[in-house]
Amino acid sequence: MALSTSSVITLKINGEKYTLPVDHRTTLLDALRERLDLTGTKKGCDQGQCGACTVLLDGRRTVACLQLAVAAEGREITTVEGVADGEQLHPVQQAFLDLDGYQCGYCTPGQICSAIGVIQEHAAGWPSAVTDDIRPEAGPPPLTADEIRERMSGNLCRCGAYVSIVEAVARAAEAGTDTSTAAAARISPEAAAEEAVA
Amino acid sequence: MTTVTTAHKNAVGTAHTRVEGRDKVTGAARYAGEVPFADLAHGWLVLSTVARGRIREIDTAPVLGLPGVLAVLDHRNAPRVETDYAGLMGSKPDPTCAVFQHDRVPHLGWPVALVVAETSEQAREAAEALVVHYEQEPHDVDFTGEHPDAYALDGHMPAVAEKGDLDAELAASAVVLDAEYTTPEEHHNPMEPHAATARWEDGRLEVVDSNQGATWVVGELASLFSLDPASVRVRSEHVGGGFGSKGVRAHQVAAVMAATVLQRPVRVVLTRRQMFSLAGYRSPTVQRVRLGADAEGRLRALEHRSVSLTSTVHEFVEPSAGVARVMYDADAHHTANRVVRLDVPTPTWMRAPGEAPGSFALEAALDELAEKCGIDPIELRLRNEPDKGPVSGLPFAGRDLPACFREGARRFGWADRDPRPGLRRDGRWLLGTGTAAASFHAGAMPSTATVTAHPDGTFTVRIAAADIGTGARTALTLIAADALRVPPERVRVRIGDSDFGPAMIAGGSMGTRSWAWAVTAAADELRDRLALGTGVPAEGITVRSDTTAAIGALAPAERHSFGAQFAEVAVDVTTGEVRVRRMLGIFAAGRIVNPLTARGQFEGGMVWGISMALHEEAIRDRATGGHVGADLAGYHVATHADVPDIEADWIEDADPRDPVGIKGIGEIGIVGAAAAIANAVWHATGVRHRSLPIRPDRVILAGGPSA
Repeated sequence: MALSTSSVITLKINGEKYTLPVDHRTTLLDALRERLDLTGTKKGCDQGQCGACTVLLDGRRTVACLQLAVAAEGREITTVEGVADGEQLHPVQQAFLDLDGYQCGYCTPGQICSAIGVIQEHAAGWPSAVTDDIRPEAGPPPLTADEIRERMSGNLCRCGAYVSIVEAVARAAEAGTDTSTAAAARISPEAAAEEAVA
Repeated sequence: MTTVTTAHKNAVGTAHTRVEGRDKVTGAARYAGEVPFADLAHGWLVLSTVARGRIREIDTAPVLGLPGVLAVLDHRNAPRVETDYAGLMGSKPDPTCAVFQHDRVPHLGWPVALVVAETSEQAREAAEALVVHYEQEPHDVDFTGEHPDAYALDGHMPAVAEKGDLDAELAASAVVLDAEYTTPEEHHNPMEPHAATARWEDGRLEVVDSNQGATWVVGELASLFSLDPASVRVRSEHVGGGFGSKGVRAHQVAAVMAATVLQRPVRVVLTRRQMFSLAGYRSPTVQRVRLGADAEGRLRALEHRSVSLTSTVHEFVEPSAGVARVMYDADAHHTANRVVRLDVPTPTWMRAPGEAPGSFALEAALDELAEKCGIDPIELRLRNEPDKGPVSGLPFAGRDLPACFREGARRFGWADRDPRPGLRRDGRWLLGTGTAAASFHAGAMPSTATVTAHPDGTFTVRIAAADIGTGARTALTLIAADALRVPPERVRVRIGDSDFGPAMIAGGSMGTRSWAWAVTAAADELRDRLALGTGVPAEGITVRSDTTAAIGALAPAERHSFGAQFAEVAVDVTTGEVRVRRMLGIFAAGRIVNPLTARGQFEGGMVWGISMALHEEAIRDRATGGHVGADLAGYHVATHADVPDIEADWIEDADPRDPVGIKGIGEIGIVGAAAAIANAVWHATGVRHRSLPIRPDRVILAGGPSA
């Protein structure tokens, strides 16, 4: 039996379905960038160490370089191209723009997707390594600068724009619980709650 | 219609969000490896696995049979290139970029072949399958300050500067400090890996690249491939960071070779790991500082000697000993930069080359001298403020370091500081504060620009500038708007294209100063033309500027930015952990064009200072000659949780004799920052850490206050 090294898969990205043949070795990141021309998701290290390729997979933050495209079939994939509501920027995008939460911009899509994940995870009550009271009944801790820094630490910014990135995430989090956007709707509250207890 | 009479409010000096900001936050901004090309092929570099020797054989045939493989280029079949020329930087190219020209291997990670295939997966697998046989020779990668073969080397400054009798002044000094400082090998690691796509189009070579200067790269590629520069075009619209690493590198040259051989577009992207041997880096340094002062802390003797390394194929010097030539005078003043050649890749410019490691040693030494003299470290520096260039004798074009210290001390709360070390505790943490001075050269290089007036009242500026994250595109928009006396919304700035004519690179903190000069010159002349009121034809009115003569006419002076750095740290001597709790930098850095982006430049530099002080260190394995952990897990750069509240601000620093008044701010933020942190660690613990980074193991072994 000849083993096939490629498959035709269907990926659901930003609410749209894409059917494409992929080499089984193709990562989700390369599928986005090289097959689908969705180059907003960046390749910084290709080995899960920098966070530049962060996307939301079923609402959860994931580095697309460590995910094979064939394994992403059937999942809801949200990239930086899909977080705005038409011409209306997502509050996180707007805050990055207004507060200069970037310099070269290459880590920015990953930072933005990560920040959207952080705000949702926090709202769902997930603790972090710097959370003082981690009892489930304690509810979400205040989203302090230290909480944001800890939760965003998987996303490197070599330009060192961290001060304004943290300000931007804080502003976006304040701007609302952020349930109006398409991206936010894709995280299941039940799944988040389950995760928080686990 | 003309627009010159419109009432106008200055754009320069007020905060403006980036003109390309929306593209960057939506993912629409395309970086070099993201511009689509029909019929694109993918190249993957194969790097040497030995640190010194000769290529004996390359087993190309099996790889050529793999699916999708189009070609394997190596020293036997690659196009020849010319390396006997002086490039934009005035020196011959680093032969590292002249790939596949011979069978010698001068360091581990040297490019030995390029595999080109239809897809990146095929190219990568084939590159990994390519077997290369070497005749291995013994290598030497061991860097020490006492290497017998070290020699003095001029870089962008003379190697040696000496005045006065050093021994006599040291002997006559009331207080003497003699200490050795070391800094490790550091890597730029811009977030966007180097990437280039090359193709031939209608007889022209076009390269879409990620670089710090299209003019630079186009010149080097034309020289390397013996082409008329007019027949080469390099575009580099968005650049994901550079920090000195994005000049001409192996990937562009390999891509051009493959595109030439295959006659189709070829893209070569470096992997993060490959960047550690192909993108350049900052040499480690060993620095000895000897200071002699009178009882009041006035310097009688100053010696700063630095040793750095370079490769066996190219000379590059990290001129760490140059800092004192600007900062402090002494009756005897000796500074020298030396290098040693080892079997390693060639280092290159990295954010504040010379100043970053040099200021660590010198500013830490000043802090030690202040302690010995019993004088406040800020006061010690104020007592040693020179009234002219200590080595050049030239006047300073603005030097308001004292004002930076005064403002910084006020805002940081320095006056309440108890100078004694090891006294303050917060639970398991020992607390301390430190300070250091900073300076960086403010230069300008000739550039050309065009400004076009359109009939609809808008303007287009074209200049081969590079925005590597500095905000240059936005700054030039504001500069042009003010020069044209129109709102910035009516100005469109296009950059990153060698067809726009020669311009300075984004480097040496000289980019925005140089480009703004050219843009202002063209805009001024255009405004004069429009004032004649003859109307704007459909094709517009274009004015071209060239600043070569104007820059040549600038009176000689010591032109620099200055700054005062402050840091507070917490040290746990049991776990060895060092946390920076807050930082403040106050800078006198000329005219600030865009406060919003300028703050980010200063803060980013200070983050680099944290990273340099506590995290960054590339470890070279003596046995293999290569790195241990050449990636972003093995090489730590500061991340969110490492960076506390950082505040950067500036004071008025106007020079009415300077036609642009901009000094450049990309580098000064890192200068002195690591020293301020190291000085704070001493204040917390009572222990001097003279080797960076201040790792947990070093802190644990050094211990804390005996009390």
